[in-house]
Amino acid sequence: MSEPCIIFDGREIPFVPGQTILQAAEDAGAWIPRLCHKPGLEPYGSCRVCVVRANGRTVSSCTFPASLGMVVECDTPDLLAMRKLIVEMLFVEGNHFCMSCEKSGHCELQALGYRLGITAPQLEYQFPRRQVDASHPDVLIDHNRCILCTRCVRTSRDLDGKDVFAVVGRGPHRRIAASAGTRLRDSGADVSDRAVDACPVGALLRKRVGFSVPVGLRPYDAVPIGSQEVAR
Amino acid sequence: MTPSVDGVVREACHSVGHDPTRLMDVARAVQARLGGVPATAIDAIHDQLHVSRGQVRSLVSFYAFLDEQPGARHVIRVCDDVVDRLAGYDRVARAFSDELGIPLGGTTADGTFSLQRTACIGMSDQAPAALVGDVVVTDLSAERARQVVAELRAHGDPQRLVKRLGDGNNAHPLVRAMVRNNIRQAGPIVMSEQKRGEAVRKAAALSPVEVIRAVKTARLRGRGGAGFPTGIKWEMARAAPGARKFVLCNADEGEPGTFKDRVLLTEWPDRVFAGMTIAGYAIGAREGVLYLRAEYAYLRAFLEDVLARRRSDGLLGRDVPRRGFEFDIRIQMGAGAYVCGEESALIESCEGRRGDPRNRPPFPAQRGYLGCPTVVNNVETLCCVTRILESGSAAFSELGSRQSAGTKLLSISGDVSRPGVYEVPFGTPIQDVLALCGGRDATALQVGGPSGRMVGPADFERTICYDDVATGGALVVFDSSRNPLQIAHAYMEFFEDESCGYCTPCRVGNVLLRRGLEKVLAGRGEPADLEQFEQIAKTMKASSRCGLGQTSFNPVLTSLQSFRYQYETLVKEAPGGRRRGFDLDDATAEATRLRAAEGVRS
Amino acid sequence: MSKPRVATTSLCGCFGCHMSLLDIDERILQLAEIVEFDKSPINDHKDFTQRCTVGLIEGGCANAENVHVLRRFREMCDVLVSVGDCATTGGIPALRNLVPLEECLQEAYLKGPSVHNPSARIPDDPEIPLLLDKVYPAHEVVKIDYHLPGCPPSADTLWEALNALLSGKPLALPYALLKYD
Repeated sequence: MSEPCIIFDGREIPFVPGQTILQAAEDAGAWIPRLCHKPGLEPYGSCRVCVVRANGRTVSSCTFPASLGMVVECDTPDLLAMRKLIVEMLFVEGNHFCMSCEKSGHCELQALGYRLGITAPQLEYQFPRRQVDASHPDVLIDHNRCILCTRCVRTSRDLDGKDVFAVVGRGPHRRIAASAGTRLRDSGADVSDRAVDACPVGALLRKRVGFSVPVGLRPYDAVPIGSQEVAR
Repeated sequence: MTPSVDGVVREACHSVGHDPTRLMDVARAVQARLGGVPATAIDAIHDQLHVSRGQVRSLVSFYAFLDEQPGARHVIRVCDDVVDRLAGYDRVARAFSDELGIPLGGTTADGTFSLQRTACIGMSDQAPAALVGDVVVTDLSAERARQVVAELRAHGDPQRLVKRLGDGNNAHPLVRAMVRNNIRQAGPIVMSEQKRGEAVRKAAALSPVEVIRAVKTARLRGRGGAGFPTGIKWEMARAAPGARKFVLCNADEGEPGTFKDRVLLTEWPDRVFAGMTIAGYAIGAREGVLYLRAEYAYLRAFLEDVLARRRSDGLLGRDVPRRGFEFDIRIQMGAGAYVCGEESALIESCEGRRGDPRNRPPFPAQRGYLGCPTVVNNVETLCCVTRILESGSAAFSELGSRQSAGTKLLSISGDVSRPGVYEVPFGTPIQDVLALCGGRDATALQVGGPSGRMVGPADFERTICYDDVATGGALVVFDSSRNPLQIAHAYMEFFEDESCGYCTPCRVGNVLLRRGLEKVLAGRGEPADLEQFEQIAKTMKASSRCGLGQTSFNPVLTSLQSFRYQYETLVKEAPGGRRRGFDLDDATAEATRLRAAEGVRS
Repeated sequence: MSKPRVATTSLCGCFGCHMSLLDIDERILQLAEIVEFDKSPINDHKDFTQRCTVGLIEGGCANAENVHVLRRFREMCDVLVSVGDCATTGGIPALRNLVPLEECLQEAYLKGPSVHNPSARIPDDPEIPLLLDKVYPAHEVVKIDYHLPGCPPSADTLWEALNALLSGKPLALPYALLKYD
């Protein structure tokens, strides 16, 4: 008997029951842009970059399960426009300053900007005033660059088995904070935590290791994000 | 004597049996006793309930009525909804502010008073209104605001601010509120005379499947606005595997301009609880939760009493209404968050977390409260259920239109001579509704609250029903003196505050639309800005995670559809390829001021 | 047929984007053959002599003078291109947008640890252009036709873009030439 399939952008691709659309597509060599999703973590569905149309409904492909015969559209002009606008929203919402960020060239948000061909966001820059917490000897949080994907929160909780980060506030005031309500230094965060490497952008950083890879050799200098995943 | 933090937390945790999913109740109790949930209390809750500090902090920071910083003895929350603004909110807020000597958001130096603004508290028919602690103060004026402060200073008892009790159960010893029902037109279904106990007994004489069939035959659809067929929802929950199931009643009536559930809970609580019991019988649930918004805390003791009476009368508890069926209901208090009216956020809140909606699937009917199959129904929907069981499906569905059976409660406020609650059959034209409520000079209507749509006179011939102009019940009327763009702007401020911030399009989109409108209103807009509004709205609608972000652009989008000419008179192309959004004088005003100040100093 | 005219300027930028333009190395001879430079620091022409085909804007707008120059460019150029991150986003100068203007000036002229300012005054000569409340990307002040991000955009990026624009082809940068740093 043949495997169950979905129709992905006109192509029949198999899926394992329980798989999300995003996982099934990736296994079949189609990489759907995403930010909050990270393999090994529970799907979260906050960034909305991975939106696709499944049987006519727009859903986040990182949370939505594939089902038999489901017709999925991913690379359509309107979905592409939406994805682009969402990435632009993330750029103007924070203070990203790519040109001086040590995550530049490794940053998934920046890489998505490249992949989607964004030359300059046309939404108005918000220039919010946000904090930097550099109290910890080895790790720092720069809230200016945080996109609230909660990959750090989920990694700390689910993979490190710790309770270092929490989401606090709501609406535009939503932010990541130390669970203990303290500065990062007193939060129990450790440089060996897997959470430290979970950040897709330059918000949660290891100290003293920035800019170590020369320009031109960084992950997204020559090939778009998603290329390696699909090539595997 | 100041209570000890540890003692307060211990007591609060004990009262919920150390159940970590009851964190909302614990936080509320601590807030009530200590005026906040400070770090020491968070530590104590962590120790007692074994929930992470992060979860407690996350919850406390989410709800408007909870705060880490201990606040004042009297918290005055002035409602700044659009309707209150039409009715004089500005003067009232200024009077409070002047009298207390603090700005909005401030606390007096002696820690006695704090003054805050709050979103719609469900009193639009008697605006401007405010909450003093849990006590509702309605029909405020600047003078009355000053008196409120003077009285509180004199006797310190918010309850004594209530001079004249409202009608009906508002005067009940357990309510004692100045709130008036303002029932302007009671219809034959929801606001009809009730025969207590009859519906539950009739349901018990049927099989659960027959009860669901009766609801389906009546063609009942959810009254919260989305209009999902209630019978199908129940069927799904009934069919879902699980020994434990739940019925949740959504009494988190937060849509600005809506207050009909307030009246149902005040005057027809038995009908609401009967509906929950019937739903429980139908889906195989033994437990129900009424999620009551914090703004309606003044009804809580009364509702608890109604539940107690139902228990003693054999309408709740074991073997009711027949052997082998048991059902009971608890009340879960909210803590000030509009988004908790979204069913999955409501469930999260009931489980002791911040009100971030959930990813779907799974849907609540499959996996809801505590991971069990759950139906969440609106207060009015449950009243309809009771009525269907009382007098039959046919009597229910003969009213209304083909796709929309029965009647709808409308909460009408704004520029009308008779604000209040009206029960009208589905299919009633908007203009008939306007004639009923005395909205003679109506120019713009907000139907279904800000998440619904703003319509103009061209739409007044249309009808209230699911397939034409659908509404959860709010109808705010604006006369010709009001500016639809300013109304839309106020509503966007509301959504910006109330978005949970989980997903990008809603968290950022509301802010961008609010700021964009400000630009247009200041005469700095370009035609391209209107296109951008539409593009943002389209993206929010399709890609937001829950109903809030999928509709919160509506104040802008629907006012743009209905009042496009008003936008177009304001937007223009700038000459010479300039952007109208940039004004050199404005941009240099600060530097000019600083230079002048510097000149004076030297 | 006369050659297309190109004008360039650096508003609130560091001239790095202009340096990157010079970095096209020997191709600059080719460029000199196909275009005529009008107002530009490259030839030190202080004002436009006539209408131009392409205007390249380096830098965002930080003061009133930047705004006047940018508006003049918009009026005098058929196609206006934001070159570099400062023009497209405000760039490094926009870091000051996170601090109130008054504090910025005090830090720069009065309180900063390395300040030596015997007059103890913030410079206020009327000749000094007034600062804007914040640094604006160019497209928030005038309409911009194309954006070339980068700090600076590479010489290849600039070369590709100029060639496309001058030959009337659509400007689509290959992956390797679209960078924000």
